[in-house]
Amino acid sequence: MKFSLDFRNMVNRDNNILQLIMMTVLIFIIMTALSPDKFLRYYNFESITYLFPELGLLSIAMMIAMLTGGIDLSVVGIANLSGILSGVMFHYLNRELGMEQGVPMVLLGVCLSLGVGLIAGTINGFLITKLNIIPILATLGTGQVFIGLCLVLTGGPAIVGFPDAWAFLGNGKLFGIAVPFLLFLLVAGGIAFLLTRTTLGVNLMLIGSNPRAAIFAGLKKSRMVLYSYMLSGVLASMAGIILSGRTNAAKSDYGTSYLLQAVLISVLGGTNPAGGKGTVAGVSIAVVALMLLSSGFQILRFSNHLIDFIWGAFLLLVIAINAWKNRAR
Amino acid sequence: MSEAFIELRHIGKQFLGLRALDDVSLTINKGEIHCLAGENGSGKSTLIKIISGVYQPTEGEIIIEGEKVENLSPIESVNRAIQVIYQDFSLFGNLTVAENLALNTELRAKTKIVSWGRVKKLAREALDRLGVDIDLDAEVESLPTSSKQLVAIARALMSDAKLIIMDEPTTALTGKEVETLFRIVRDIQSRGIAILFVSHKMREMLEISERLTVIRNGVKVAEGSTSDFDEAAVIRHMTGLDIEIEPFRKEKPGPDVMPRLDVQGLTLPGDYENINLQLYPGEIVGLSGLLGSGRTELALSLFGMLTPASGSVKVDGKAIALDSVQDAIAEGIAYVPEDRLSEGLFMTQSIKRNIIATSLDNLAKGGIIDIPRVDRVADETIASMQIATPSAEKMVGELSGGNAQRVVLGRWLLTDAKVLILNGPTVGVDVGSKAEIHRKIRELVEHHGLAVLMISDDVLEVAQNCSRVILMHRGRFVDELEGDAISEDVISEQLKSFT
Repeated sequence: MKFSLDFRNMVNRDNNILQLIMMTVLIFIIMTALSPDKFLRYYNFESITYLFPELGLLSIAMMIAMLTGGIDLSVVGIANLSGILSGVMFHYLNRELGMEQGVPMVLLGVCLSLGVGLIAGTINGFLITKLNIIPILATLGTGQVFIGLCLVLTGGPAIVGFPDAWAFLGNGKLFGIAVPFLLFLLVAGGIAFLLTRTTLGVNLMLIGSNPRAAIFAGLKKSRMVLYSYMLSGVLASMAGIILSGRTNAAKSDYGTSYLLQAVLISVLGGTNPAGGKGTVAGVSIAVVALMLLSSGFQILRFSNHLIDFIWGAFLLLVIAINAWKNRAR
Repeated sequence: MSEAFIELRHIGKQFLGLRALDDVSLTINKGEIHCLAGENGSGKSTLIKIISGVYQPTEGEIIIEGEKVENLSPIESVNRAIQVIYQDFSLFGNLTVAENLALNTELRAKTKIVSWGRVKKLAREALDRLGVDIDLDAEVESLPTSSKQLVAIARALMSDAKLIIMDEPTTALTGKEVETLFRIVRDIQSRGIAILFVSHKMREMLEISERLTVIRNGVKVAEGSTSDFDEAAVIRHMTGLDIEIEPFRKEKPGPDVMPRLDVQGLTLPGDYENINLQLYPGEIVGLSGLLGSGRTELALSLFGMLTPASGSVKVDGKAIALDSVQDAIAEGIAYVPEDRLSEGLFMTQSIKRNIIATSLDNLAKGGIIDIPRVDRVADETIASMQIATPSAEKMVGELSGGNAQRVVLGRWLLTDAKVLILNGPTVGVDVGSKAEIHRKIRELVEHHGLAVLMISDDVLEVAQNCSRVILMHRGRFVDELEGDAISEDVISEQLKSFT
């Protein structure tokens, strides 16, 4: 009862989600109609479940920064730095100390990665809240620094040869379901809870919708914004784990195209870049919609370059529709 | 009987099934000062927009200088010598006074090359016509509100207007500035220009206008010569209610009663000096002073946003440090800010979230919000503040000014507030709603033993609701009125003497 009411409220108040669902269904139907035998294959959907979690996590990380009216342009840098540092550590532990490439080592790697994300996020948050640097400049700068560090650590080429248990995080299957997908569901559920049911989440929404009123209401604005960038950093490092696990490699310029896609998906998912509004559900559906779109076009044998074009055009279309709707109101 | 400049006959306006105006007739004579009175949402803005051509009426006709005008457009309205001065003045803040005044004329001259000499000359003439002196090279943004308004009036006069509509022109002006404005308005009138003065401030309307039209819910409810009306009558017409306001009187308690707030020698050089203030439980103390008297700075200091240089503050006898807003709230100080929209409310968030914003931590365990409790608390607050809404989930941005202000006030019911500082508690709130909010404040004071400090530009509000009134000027407390010594006139006179 309570839940159904909540859901109806959510759809009513945020008809963005309804619109996104309709759009996803529409894409699904069109793709099915264009190529029923290939698009509907189980393999197609399975490959999507491997591909979208990393972009999904980056988009959620971006959304969290946007909730307070900021942005985090360092997410890809953080993701790569996490993967590369873990790779470097694995090599060191394995070759120099002779440690086995087993689960304990991978756990160490996960801790290191998340730690990197946390520290990187803290640096961002510190620059933004304590030095009052605007988020777009602060994170653009730190993103460059992180990518620079990646280059220094690797010298350019990719780090390869991750432990099997690490690859399992990006490649494996559990109960017949892709591990990255399971990880994504777990994390997305956690973040959704955090944003709607915890003081941190509500604080971020309030701060984003009116930072000045937040101060007058006695909210701890700086601290909350700092937390949000820490969270964003940790999510980015999770994406880094999955990315390096899936490809079994880590490189300084992996996933650079993800950065702006994450920004656009976040907005497409109903996040207000000026702050105060955004849902995990919206962003998740937006990622899935785009994945269906690109896999459909891949099946239709469109060139990869054209797919980028179509993504961009699609994002622009949706944002234009939203803007038009808002204007009409 | 003088000649009519504009006649609106049986005007009706329908918006998507919503009736904004119904059979409203209004005649403005040449060279008269006419007042249009009505609460927010009464349809007076719609009526102005019909006169200025922004909206087309669905029924009725418009006659300007004896000629029936079909499809009055904004441009046509300007060509017919009608000028509107909106509340925000529609000036270009980043341009200079001279540019704002002359560029319209200069651009229309189609010479392609702007002659700065002529711009200055035109602008100078425009200001001279008003008999005011404003630096032509100053950026409009940097001017005080009253000067901006004068620039807007000067600009309207440059186009040889025959009717100037002023929408709430006195909202942001001090008593002295209102006097200057009125002098100028009368001067304009003497040149045969008609003025439609739109307002909801009784005193001013009665003082300036010759004729008065009152509308309520889109219908004209009264019109006539201003001398036939008094304040009570206008309020009755505007609200449709008989609002009886009894002044709030309370004896200052004896020396044995512990003050809720005790301020000693509080000083912040440049803003306020040596402030001594005691607020006792159950008291509403007014703080009156002009803008820039230091009253807001004092309030912000008490709320932990502006650290004073010296002095002490005690709440219930306990000395407190005011280093942060969180400290102030924890010590029981509550503050309703001056600007509800930019400082008070989270417009895009639900009523519920706006209410619980300040007490989130108390409504959560280990950072996880106790949802049933939040729902209950929000519903209780909505009920006790009588916020008119179907649901706590409704966005605050959709509420009327009065209801929105109750949300800001209601927020503090959930905290352990002992001292409530109200800065402009009813700015932009309807007359009817205003009385309700005043009643609510009195209730809070009586039931919770709060001590209230009320800062307000609305002299009537202060006179009616405060048991003591402190006058502040140039950062110092200069006078204090008590009991029957408090009256609207006395406070107004005092404020006018401050320059």
